[in-house]
Amino acid sequence: MIIKILGTGCPKCKLLEQMTRDTVAELGIQADIIKINNMEDIMQYDIMATPALVINEKIVITGRIPSKEVMKHILLNEK
Amino acid sequence: MFNRLQSFTDWLIYGVINFDKAAHLAQALNFFVFDSIKILILLIMIVHVMTFINHYLPIEKIRDFLVKNKLYGLEYLFASLFGVITPFCSCSAIPLFVGFLKAGIPLGVTFTFLITSPMVNEVAIALLAGLFGFKITAIYVITGILLGIIGGFVIGKLKMDNQVAKFILQARNTTNTTIDQVKVKFSLVLKQISTDSFSLIFKIMPYVLLGVAVGGLIHGFIPTGFFESYITKNNPLAIPLAVIIGIPMYTNSAGVIPVVQSLITKGIPIGTALAFMMAVIGLSLPEFLILRKVMKMKLLLTYFGIIALFIMIAGYIFNWLL
Repeated sequence: MIIKILGTGCPKCKLLEQMTRDTVAELGIQADIIKINNMEDIMQYDIMATPALVINEKIVITGRIPSKEVMKHILLNEK
Repeated sequence: MFNRLQSFTDWLIYGVINFDKAAHLAQALNFFVFDSIKILILLIMIVHVMTFINHYLPIEKIRDFLVKNKLYGLEYLFASLFGVITPFCSCSAIPLFVGFLKAGIPLGVTFTFLITSPMVNEVAIALLAGLFGFKITAIYVITGILLGIIGGFVIGKLKMDNQVAKFILQARNTTNTTIDQVKVKFSLVLKQISTDSFSLIFKIMPYVLLGVAVGGLIHGFIPTGFFESYITKNNPLAIPLAVIIGIPMYTNSAGVIPVVQSLITKGIPIGTALAFMMAVIGLSLPEFLILRKVMKMKLLLTYFGIIALFIMIAGYIFNWLL
């Protein structure tokens, strides 16, 4: 699957990226993780708050960092 | 509500540690311990409530509500009220601004939201309630809501829609998709809300403690009425000066409010102090720099200018009334 992290580089965005990478590795999922920094590219998605997590072009999280459990839940469900 | 906490603090400082009640240091310490614990309790309560509301009323739903309903002028009121319950982070100012405009929400209504959201936030409410009591907190919140409504309305009337970044103009009225947030168990949601709340509280607590410590020192060492001779209600320049100093100050509300509270007990007029806090909390340099990317300088200066002016007017009214 393709996972995109949308964020301009605020501390929360970096944290979300790190957490996504860690959880993907932990669950042993095959995924391409792409970080999108450019504001105009980010605004192609219909989001109102950063950071955001997009899995296979579906927006699953905006504006916050999920707990580890929620992150696992999301990754396993969207696989 | 906090009488018991005060008794406990008195017992701790004067009984257990056995400080002399008359000593400045003891008074400062008492103030520090009592206020820190009180603010922490209020922060835990208020931040949890706000995070909970926000989980079930995310910004995307607010936007859709404003787009889909004909509100006959009430959209300014709604945008301002929604601004109160939405947490604001200057790093999210751009997606918020762009998202509102893209969905077709008028520029004025978007500004209403942008004004109220940082000015009336959960941290400021908890600190004001803890340090100033509920009357001043209510005055602050209502003024913030009114400032958002009037400020947004005025900016809307100025017809400056062409002053936003090009890519927004091209994209206006284009999107209508809704976000498909993943459903998780209620117990997980509650856990997440609590984790989010405590991570915010831990982040700001050092500023609260620092602010309360400085406030405690002022409280214990500066004589009552010290500032009265310098900053009086009759000095017309005090309020503009307070606002102009307040805008570029990048201290978050957590640090500023306790210091201002102790200054009031030493003779600074309440209206001047409120105007100063509104300027510090509502307008900030990082927000200015970030918004520069999505709007032209003329609009940005108009926005900051109008809000600064209204905060000053509010300050004069408070000094006159209170």
